[in-house]
Amino acid sequence: MSLPFELMPAAASTTSDAVDLVALLVFAIIGLVSLGVIVAMVWIVVRDRRRPGNLTGRGHHTATIWRTEFLFCGLTGAVFLGLFTLGAVVFDGLARVPADADALDVSVTAKRWMWSFQHPGGRRELSQLHVPAGRAVRLHLASEDVIHSFYVPAFRLKQDVVPGWQRTAWFRATAPGTYALACAEYCGTEHALMRAEVVVMPPHVYDHWLAQGDDERPPLVAAGRALFERLDCGACHESHQRRRAPPLEGLYGRTVALRDGGSVLADDDYIRRSILRPDADIVADYQSGVMPTYAGLVDDDELLLLVAYVRSLAAAEGVSP
Amino acid sequence: MKSWLTTTDHKRIALLYLGTMTLFFTLGGLLATVLRVELATPASDLVAADTYNRLFTLHGVIMVFFFLIPSIPTFLGNYLLPLMLGAPDLAFPRLNLASWYVFVAGGLLTLTAMIAGGLDTGWTFYTPYSTVFSDSHVVLAVLGVFLAGLSSVFTGINFIVTIHRLRAPGLTWLRLPLFVWSLYATSLILVLATPVLAMTLLLVAIERGLQIGIFDPATGGSPLLFQHFFWFYSHPAVYIMILPGMGVISEVIPCFSRNRPFGYAFVAASSLAIAVFGFLVWGHHMFVAGQSYFASVVFSFLSFAVAVPSGVKVFSWLGTMHRGAIWLTTPMIYALGFIALFTVGGGTGLALATLALDVHLHDTYFVVAHFHTIMVGGMLMAYLGGLHFWWPKISGRLYSERWGRIAAYILLVGFLLTFLPQFILGTQGLPRRTASYPPEYQFLQGLSSAGATILAVGYVLPAIYLLASLVRGRPAGDNPWGATGLEWQTTSPPPPHNFLDQGTLVVGDPYDYPNAPQPTIAGAGDV
Repeated sequence: MSLPFELMPAAASTTSDAVDLVALLVFAIIGLVSLGVIVAMVWIVVRDRRRPGNLTGRGHHTATIWRTEFLFCGLTGAVFLGLFTLGAVVFDGLARVPADADALDVSVTAKRWMWSFQHPGGRRELSQLHVPAGRAVRLHLASEDVIHSFYVPAFRLKQDVVPGWQRTAWFRATAPGTYALACAEYCGTEHALMRAEVVVMPPHVYDHWLAQGDDERPPLVAAGRALFERLDCGACHESHQRRRAPPLEGLYGRTVALRDGGSVLADDDYIRRSILRPDADIVADYQSGVMPTYAGLVDDDELLLLVAYVRSLAAAEGVSP
Repeated sequence: MKSWLTTTDHKRIALLYLGTMTLFFTLGGLLATVLRVELATPASDLVAADTYNRLFTLHGVIMVFFFLIPSIPTFLGNYLLPLMLGAPDLAFPRLNLASWYVFVAGGLLTLTAMIAGGLDTGWTFYTPYSTVFSDSHVVLAVLGVFLAGLSSVFTGINFIVTIHRLRAPGLTWLRLPLFVWSLYATSLILVLATPVLAMTLLLVAIERGLQIGIFDPATGGSPLLFQHFFWFYSHPAVYIMILPGMGVISEVIPCFSRNRPFGYAFVAASSLAIAVFGFLVWGHHMFVAGQSYFASVVFSFLSFAVAVPSGVKVFSWLGTMHRGAIWLTTPMIYALGFIALFTVGGGTGLALATLALDVHLHDTYFVVAHFHTIMVGGMLMAYLGGLHFWWPKISGRLYSERWGRIAAYILLVGFLLTFLPQFILGTQGLPRRTASYPPEYQFLQGLSSAGATILAVGYVLPAIYLLASLVRGRPAGDNPWGATGLEWQTTSPPPPHNFLDQGTLVVGDPYDYPNAPQPTIAGAGDV
């Protein structure tokens, strides 16, 4: 390309090509329409300019006006409907978190003004995230203070990180390399510097990187289990005789029927909410007011551990209550 | 002096607003100048990051709440609405004066916040940053904006009642000038949406003082609730800004094309359609904030829907010019600039309404470029076009047509150079509101800063030659453009109660350009 700039950074995730196709189509249409309007305008200004013999407009028949206005509405409506549908369909692909068995679950914590990451094995990193190419990476995002936004332009990926909630996003990087990660939501003084790098490595290099980590931290799930025991969550969630609390085995990723007749997907956010505000969603056949809130007893990092532990039980055999 | 400060004449109040808003615009423009100079280099060197954050926040707050929203309604609308209706004044002249005082009070509060140390939340006041983390003067600024909102509600009520009750005999709804239709639609939004903003901002102030747990997750609130409340007002507010501009363009184009508006009913109805649909699209600011997939799809769909009536306007303006007798005067150059830039701005808005694409573009420079194209390229061009179109009526003098045209072209060039590079900065992935940026973006940032200097020249020029026209300008006569509105049937400037003899008003086809008198002036090199 002879332009002194590229329109977009080189695509580097499995979803970016679809987004780029949408971008190309949308920008082409905007460009053509804008150009068309300008050309039409110039043409009319030159042809119908004020000059001796053309001091008064010649107007249009009412029938012409109504016909062309309706035609215009129909035409633009149809084009817009097409663009909307295309955008929504591709968006559906972006929003659907893959359920791959070998997906990597990375916990991401945003705080002013840095990004920190924790791998399933427990290894922590600051301002750098190492991931293998080709594998789906599920990000479990939490913020410790204000709203941030996880933005990797090369992956065409952006997800706001809202305090009080846990968000999930995902990507599957296609090519090894180093990609910029920026905070896209204004978050105060050093917002501009809240940047990090996503380092995509060939799978075997990633395994090597993971193995050489000198981290003595217990793996995430084990740490979550330890915390689970320390808080004595099992007193209710593992005793199946008294039916005080729903079992957690096989819970994650399932749709849970609620007492009020509704239902909710047991995702990160649901687990987190149930720890902080147990009575927000009462599971069908259970009572409210049984579980105390753990808000203030567990911090954001500990919540990530608990959620990771519950997530690890997703495939476990549940004991029928 | 006293006669001005106690006047209930809508024309004088309009001029009070013009003076006040010009001051705010100048202040907002100076803030933008510092921002653009800072951004000429990647590092944060001219001002510290904290200062930069305060500068862009105040630029946004002042431009949005103290210029863009009130500008056309309270100046041109205030001045022209009674004239266009053949009425002696607005329905509530004292409410009108009160609205100016409340507006000034709001402005003074905001300026106090600025002098006391500033505001660093962004004009969007997102929580929990604004309620818990910011150590700037949020409460003071919020109260200032609250008062500006109250002033808007006064104006909106006044306009609605005036349009319903004070039309001259024979001036039926379908004979209303299109500018009046646009003011009507705008007033509906002002009255219905502004209270939501007012309550939201008060809640922010209360939450900041008392931690009541509305927006702060630490006390059980929801930051997303704030975003819903805020955009429920602030997206319709975009139409508050642009609809009156569209109204101005709908007056200028028929006059300088010597044609009836193409599809009058469509243009009038599209103003109302935009006002109604505009209330239903706020969620498109939250596609990546974590609202449900279903909500995002619905908001995306409705955002495309609102683009249809906007498209109708562009199509109708082109239709009005077609088979016309086009006279490229200063106001007409602004109108043509408006059409082109509004098309680009609206089109890029559709890019943002496209779900998959918005994920990439949201909160980047692309958004900044998009809304500046609508606001500066669209609304401000319309404002200047309207100012030039009605200046002879308001001042009774003709300005230098040559300098008018030169300034209009300089503004267009400056605009394009300033904001086109920002679209590409956005597609390349540079987030907005950043005091510093990686060096690879410097080329485009530099272009944008260079464009801003041209833009600044374009703003200073009209101030000079318009003021000069007050002293040296030739008398304009009642109807220099040969225009058809009722405002042109009285003297320039109009007498205190607008029409010397209400009985002689000729009310009929509002755009009878085929039978209208020819212009009484001929600009440089024109027929």
